Amino acid sequence: MSVSRFIAAAILATALILPHADAGEVAFSERRSGSTFMAPETQAMQSNDTANPGMLGVLDGATLWGKTIGAAEKSCASCHNDASTSMSGVAARYPAFDDTLKRPVDLEQRVNLCRVDHQRAPPLAYESRELLALTALIGRQSRGLPIAGGTDPRLTPFVDKGRATFMRRQGQLNLACTNCHDDNWYKRLAGSAITQAHPTGYPLYRLEWQGLGSLQRRLRNCMVGMRAQPYDADAPEMVELELYLMSRARGMPIETPAVRP
Amino acid sequence: MAALINVPATAKRGDVIEIKTLMSHIMETGFRHTVTGAAIPRDIITDFSCRYNGVEVFRAELFPAFSANPFITFFTVATESGVFEFRWSGDNGFYEAVTANIVVT
Amino acid sequence: MSHRQSSRRQFIGHASALGVVALISARPARATPAAMKTAINDVVKGAPVRAGRVKLDIPPLVENGNTVPLTVSVDSPMTAEQHVVSIHIFNEKNPQPNVGNFYLGPRAGRAQVATRMRLADTQTITAIAKLSDGSFWSATTDVIVTLAACTEEAY
Repeated sequence: MSVSRFIAAAILATALILPHADAGEVAFSERRSGSTFMAPETQAMQSNDTANPGMLGVLDGATLWGKTIGAAEKSCASCHNDASTSMSGVAARYPAFDDTLKRPVDLEQRVNLCRVDHQRAPPLAYESRELLALTALIGRQSRGLPIAGGTDPRLTPFVDKGRATFMRRQGQLNLACTNCHDDNWYKRLAGSAITQAHPTGYPLYRLEWQGLGSLQRRLRNCMVGMRAQPYDADAPEMVELELYLMSRARGMPIETPAVRP
Repeated sequence: MAALINVPATAKRGDVIEIKTLMSHIMETGFRHTVTGAAIPRDIITDFSCRYNGVEVFRAELFPAFSANPFITFFTVATESGVFEFRWSGDNGFYEAVTANIVVT
Repeated sequence: MSHRQSSRRQFIGHASALGVVALISARPARATPAAMKTAINDVVKGAPVRAGRVKLDIPPLVENGNTVPLTVSVDSPMTAEQHVVSIHIFNEKNPQPNVGNFYLGPRAGRAQVATRMRLADTQTITAIAKLSDGSFWSATTDVIVTLAACTEEAY
């Protein structure tokens, strides 16, 4: 595999390092979900609940939702009752502004804040089966609803910071996110469609991962591809990037749990 | 461990029905290594079966080339109302069983 | 393909020059067309395998080799007298030649199974069906596995 990874990096470098006039963000009328770039077989895998392996995470999440944990001896359901009603539309507006922290928190952080503050339980590790299951369950309740990321005016400065990170060249290949996802989204990188960086279906089941993963995991994959040092899981830059991406995809329907190659 | 089963709730006697099954499992091949070079031992589901009112109507043997979270679909003739029982077993004592009901008219 | 093979040969050449041959021999043995033949013979036990009656549906160009959907169907009336006993799927370049064995019977009603498999590389896939009269039938398809970009392995 190392040879093929090298070839991929070489293609990435030669295709994109050449200065391209910055075209700016992808036009509103041209926005497309990553699912529209997929092969029909992969689209079918996503759209059929029995065939979608991400639904296994949703099922796990439903079990965890009702499980009493922590010193407070509460389950998620103790406060939020039935997730199918209480969580409808919630994932569509995350990352959301936290009044106490005075900054945006993503859905993973919100679940952990709930655990620590209300359930008196230890936080779950990023990318753990439990955290992915709970966020998949919550995300599933917004499927089909329009993304409403970054609409809270208190989020505006954080959206702007996220956009600045997206536009900034970084890493050994000296690439910005925008060089691929705005300037070259209609092209392919090795065998993969580049796509437009609209996070419509997280957490999603990536065939490459053979499991569910968060938007942060996907962002770290991109950064590794750019030969940049990925941000830590709880870095504010990560949440700002997530927030910018969700505001960029505003109005597009949630697909959680999506399937991607 | 979660499993997703799709069996029609009702069918007419003699109908050929499609059954879809998706089982949560990593299906570690036994051919991979950690970054430090240590071999990751095989951990897969090796056997799957479907019983219809106690009688086996379908069985499969799985190898490491099966994708993670094994997905298997097959067909059977709806003969009578009753229970489908699905069983998965494999390495490290893995065993899961799930049932689904059908009403045949 | 030829690119990758020649690069690998060059790498092996450099590696042996550096005296790290052990690194190469530590690679798991890969299935080969010959290994696939042996695996097929374990099932058919010398009986002739005829092309036909079996349909193998698999995308010719797959997006990720970890999860490749495939459907095998066999032209059979599926009666007590004439039915498919089993369906076997083989590959020639994964570490092992076997993918799965599926045991049906007249109660199946339709001789069709679908699943998802791993493909380590571009290769040929073969499906073989055993019929109740003892005959074996097969279908073979070539699949191209494309290269994923920007994965998390940094090497």
